Amino acid sequence: MPATYEPIATNTLGSAAATLTFNSIPSTYTDLILICSMTGNTTSIDTRVVFNSDTGSNYSATRLMGDGTSATSNRSTNRAFIDLNYTGGVSSTAPTTSILNIMNYSNSTTYKTTLLRGNELGGTYQGTEAIVGLWRNTAAITSMTITASNDNFKSGSTFTLYGIKAA
Amino acid sequence: MSPILGIWASAQTASKLSAYDSIATVTVGAGGTSTVSFTSIPQTYTHLQIRGIARGTVAGTDENIYMQFNGVGGTSYSWHRILANGSSVSSGNNPSQPSGVITVVSASGSTANVFGATVVDILDYANTSKNKTVRGLGGSDQNGSGYACFQSFAFNNTAAVTSIDITSSANWAQYTQFALYGIKG
Repeated sequence: MPATYEPIATNTLGSAAATLTFNSIPSTYTDLILICSMTGNTTSIDTRVVFNSDTGSNYSATRLMGDGTSATSNRSTNRAFIDLNYTGGVSSTAPTTSILNIMNYSNSTTYKTTLLRGNELGGTYQGTEAIVGLWRNTAAITSMTITASNDNFKSGSTFTLYGIKAA
Repeated sequence: MSPILGIWASAQTASKLSAYDSIATVTVGAGGTSTVSFTSIPQTYTHLQIRGIARGTVAGTDENIYMQFNGVGGTSYSWHRILANGSSVSSGNNPSQPSGVITVVSASGSTANVFGATVVDILDYANTSKNKTVRGLGGSDQNGSGYACFQSFAFNNTAAVTSIDITSSANWAQYTQFALYGIKG
């Protein structure tokens, strides 16, 4: 049986950086999974992704968070990115792990929905979350750019992109 | 690399990468459909995963994904969920149901082109000694409305899962897609 869950590319930062990009993403898969293990370089950061270099207000998100005290929810509309963590969560000490499912990314008919599971320790926010994201664009996703908001990613942060191929 | 080593390397790669296999995919065509079915599911995996995007044709902006195994209805399913609507979080459950509910997706009143999504794990599906547990992450953001959802359901039956029917309150809209994968142990 052909392989269905394949690594497409991995970027392990050799030095601190604020941005990295996966370009020329093949359209031959059904879903993408981005797995991030990331740390702020000197302070807590927020991390974001945009698709196809679109930095317009075309993204939104609905969030479910648990911080050990309560479960809460909020949302963002008409944003310029999709979160890879909850606000203030990526610390400079403990790596934040985020797994972003980008569903049916290569079709050119539907807007793109993402499902994220993340967790944070050591930052302004500490907890776990699920985030449903939306990119209001029917284009196939061919690139994604990941950024840190107010500092760099620390050297050693890893970002791996996988493709899942349906029959 | 010698030809023999090349063959050996290829075999090793194929072996490593075949732990997660695509079994079948259904994409709903024009006109929609009431049920997406996976039948004759091979019993050679340890777990199943269903990944999909979905939009119902029911009125309103939200639709549930319902699942039934082996054509069994009655009162064989019970479910729990945590539901976030962008301002608050609620939890619910429902025992003795005719099907399992696994997440909330979009519906005919949602903004055009918005499809909800889900990733569902069906654990130890081929085991004939225990009831089956299913868990899912999903939801549908609609730029100002929508849900994020954690959900689980139990199929209170020890039979191996050989078929899965996925339904909504009405029909699934065109472009809805569910893909079934097998995960080896």
